[in-house]
Amino acid sequence: MKTRVQELIEAYPFTSEKKFTPKDYHSGEDVRWCPGCGDYSILAQTQRILSELGIPPHQIVFVSGIGCSSRFPYYMGTYGFHSIHGRAPAIASGLKLARPDLSVWVITGDGDGLSIGGNHYIHVLRRNIDLNILLFNNQIYALTKGQYSPTTERGKITKSSPDGVIDYPFNPIALALGAGGTFVARSIDRDQQHLQLMMKRAAQHKGTSLIEIYQNCVVFNDGVFSLFTEKETKDDSTIFLEHGKPLLFGKNMEKGIRLDGLTPEVVSLKDGKYSVSDITVYNDQDASLAFIIASMSNNSALPRPFGVFLDVPRPTYEEELISHIAEAQKKSGAIDFQSLLNSGDTWTIE
Amino acid sequence: MKDTKKIKEVTILFAGDSGDGMQLAGMQFSNASAILGNDLSTFPDYPAEIRAPQGSIGGVSGFQIHFGSVEINTPGDNCDVLVAMNAAALKANLPYLVKGGTIIANSDGFTENNLSLAGYASNPLHDGSLAEYHVYEIDITSLTEQALSDLNLPSKIVKRTRNFFALGMMFWMYNRPLEPTLNWIKNKFAKQPELIEANIRVLKAGWNFGESTEIFKVRYEVPPAKLPPGTYRNITGNQAIALGLMAAAQKAKLELFLASYPITPASDILHELAQYKKIGVKTFQAEDEIASITAAIGASFGGALAATSTSGPGIALKTEAIELAVMTELPLVIINVQRGGPSTGLPTKTEQADLFQAIFGRNGEARLPVLAAATPSDCFTMAYAAAKIAIETMTPVILLSDGYLGNGSEPWRIPDIDKLPPITPRYPDDPSLYHPYARDEKTLVRPWAIPGIPGFEHRIGGLEKQNITGEVDYEPENHELMTHLRAEKIDRLADRIPPPVIHGNESGDLLVVGWGSAFGAIRTAVQKEQEKGRPVSHLHLRYIYPLPKNFVEVLSRFKAVLVPELNLGQLVMLVRLHCNAPVYQLNKVQGVPFRSQEIEIKIEEILNGVQS
Repeated sequence: MKTRVQELIEAYPFTSEKKFTPKDYHSGEDVRWCPGCGDYSILAQTQRILSELGIPPHQIVFVSGIGCSSRFPYYMGTYGFHSIHGRAPAIASGLKLARPDLSVWVITGDGDGLSIGGNHYIHVLRRNIDLNILLFNNQIYALTKGQYSPTTERGKITKSSPDGVIDYPFNPIALALGAGGTFVARSIDRDQQHLQLMMKRAAQHKGTSLIEIYQNCVVFNDGVFSLFTEKETKDDSTIFLEHGKPLLFGKNMEKGIRLDGLTPEVVSLKDGKYSVSDITVYNDQDASLAFIIASMSNNSALPRPFGVFLDVPRPTYEEELISHIAEAQKKSGAIDFQSLLNSGDTWTIE
Repeated sequence: MKDTKKIKEVTILFAGDSGDGMQLAGMQFSNASAILGNDLSTFPDYPAEIRAPQGSIGGVSGFQIHFGSVEINTPGDNCDVLVAMNAAALKANLPYLVKGGTIIANSDGFTENNLSLAGYASNPLHDGSLAEYHVYEIDITSLTEQALSDLNLPSKIVKRTRNFFALGMMFWMYNRPLEPTLNWIKNKFAKQPELIEANIRVLKAGWNFGESTEIFKVRYEVPPAKLPPGTYRNITGNQAIALGLMAAAQKAKLELFLASYPITPASDILHELAQYKKIGVKTFQAEDEIASITAAIGASFGGALAATSTSGPGIALKTEAIELAVMTELPLVIINVQRGGPSTGLPTKTEQADLFQAIFGRNGEARLPVLAAATPSDCFTMAYAAAKIAIETMTPVILLSDGYLGNGSEPWRIPDIDKLPPITPRYPDDPSLYHPYARDEKTLVRPWAIPGIPGFEHRIGGLEKQNITGEVDYEPENHELMTHLRAEKIDRLADRIPPPVIHGNESGDLLVVGWGSAFGAIRTAVQKEQEKGRPVSHLHLRYIYPLPKNFVEVLSRFKAVLVPELNLGQLVMLVRLHCNAPVYQLNKVQGVPFRSQEIEIKIEEILNGVQS
């Protein structure tokens, strides 16, 4: 049976050959984030990569939860759903299962995605539904005006932790890897090129892709990521993962990460003790290595890793669901619904 | 040759340990009776534990079936025949056996240990305490063992087939066909031929025992009932809901998407629909109640007929998402198969205490239609109606069932799908005129624009939206306008729902107003009172919010109203808002349905007062 939705899609054929520009992805609504908010950059990079990928706006849906970042869909000239706190991955899952033809994006934050929505975060990743999740991590509850979040560092003084946070923070990358994610990456609002690259790879990955995006909140947590963005410090405190390349960092790539057993350590290539051949070569197909490197984030003595931690193929949930349906239909042949109702142990009264 | 006695109706209760297969025996007996053309009603009653302590009263599982050649509306207040697989089953159910009724007792279930677990000081089968009943003591266990002696099966498996011996005996006694059960056995154990052989042998051994034993002097014939012409099948409420949703999807030409989280007693709806991939049904077992309803909302946004099924505690968890569906005005069918509450309450027992939750249980002004099915087969009609209203009104709809309807069964006249009312979604057709909240003037329904179509890109969400344009809007006047529009849209449904049918005189001394599964007991009680010439009528509400348009006027034609319901008085409070006459209530919260006699007594009590 052809559904009405299929008929509708056929009734509005899309034939334009036009080249999309980022403007085609603007909704026209006034953007209402605080001046200087990192969200502006993420919005701009999203609109840019979608135009470059050439996905028509009508085939895209942005689904968000609650929080500053979750206003995002209102600013996109696509279909959009600003939903309830924490539930965007579940809404997006249902949408994608019903409509595998759509490009579905989830916008969430550290409070929305990891606290109230933590359960959906792990389950969507393990199912590997083909969604692209952008996790805006500003390590604070901003829309509710400054309480600590599940990624806030220990000891931080906030409105709800006047004596310092005693919660141990989540590492969203390690959590995603532990949940069985098939594409896990990290980027940062200020690095436009890198953010675009990560988003494009996420869009191209079949299955759930998760990008943790460090995002500066100018009002409630300003400068929390400055170590990774400021000229004086960023070279020594960040490392960019590239598949098949050694884990080098520093201003002149003079330092590297070497695994001592399973423990990453920083070594210098300048003092003659180690050479590039001692440096671990990154492999984004290796979930164990990804976990070791992800855990570097918990150690402030080590550079913070950015890039694609893991990108492995696995059948998507919707592919398998559709193939179950196809198999069942092949086995049963065409079914008339009336005869299905009339099947089984029936009897007739004249 | 034994005597055959023709009877109009009979109630049998199969009772045993929760591992004894009594539910299966009862279901098989029901199906055979249905195929024979009897009208029937069943009541499965089982403990919450999968294997409650063996031999204990708490572990007793029962399946009651009331069948006959006459109209049957309830599983029977009492049983005429009690099949007791052990002492606890006898002890727990003896109070429900009519005086002079028949006990078929498995003597092997009355060991010293069984007797002490059941709290019997002496064996009731032998101490004369059952003198006013017909007691047949049969060693079902050893008869089963004899039937299978040459198969060398493990004793555990032999023991598990005993229920089929009891079933075979009852099939003989009430002259039921074996074929449906034989077919079931062959399907069920298709990969284990030794179990097919064992179960068939034991079933036939039970039958043959009935035929050959000296102790049974009579067998009974219960002729077919005079049901309206058509093709029938026996159906439970949960199955009927699944089929009703499927029929609605077929008729609306939409994909059916059910997202649920397992919960007693609603899980069978998920199980049932999961079997229909062959007609394209998509089911999704989500990580929790909230994910299941929100996944359904996502699918609805994508253009599917979306549904979620649960019980009361699940509705509590889904509440915020229901509000999202109210706010975004997306179609969604929410099924609550109610159970005893609050909290975990009585998971396997029935109750009607979630009516207030369904009508009022949300923050903000969040009206939505509330429907309630009256019988297991009515679950089909009401699930279809819920889907039709959801799609055509762009609203979430709550459909109330309960454990009694969900697991109980009755004959269902299979409808002609072509004759079901059409379901027509309202899609926008001109992108240049499209606005997410531009409403139909008459119904106030907003258009359903589906992602994937160029020109209708729009954003919806939980924040208040500007009338027509759907942009985020915090203006005071706009919020008030939108609140009124959302409420009015639901209230106007009253014009489109079918008016309730009064059973009995259109006016009189007493109107019994019921809802949900109380239907059978009320109908039986009212009919009995009507036969006695009492001026009592029955009105059963299947559309509870909004109430039918003529409801107030109907109430005004009676001198008094009685509302029986399995709660402390919920519908009765709504009725009192609409009624000047005295409104009486009859309530029960024991986890079991009303017995029609309880309602009869109340009717007489009120009528005696009204007339004196």
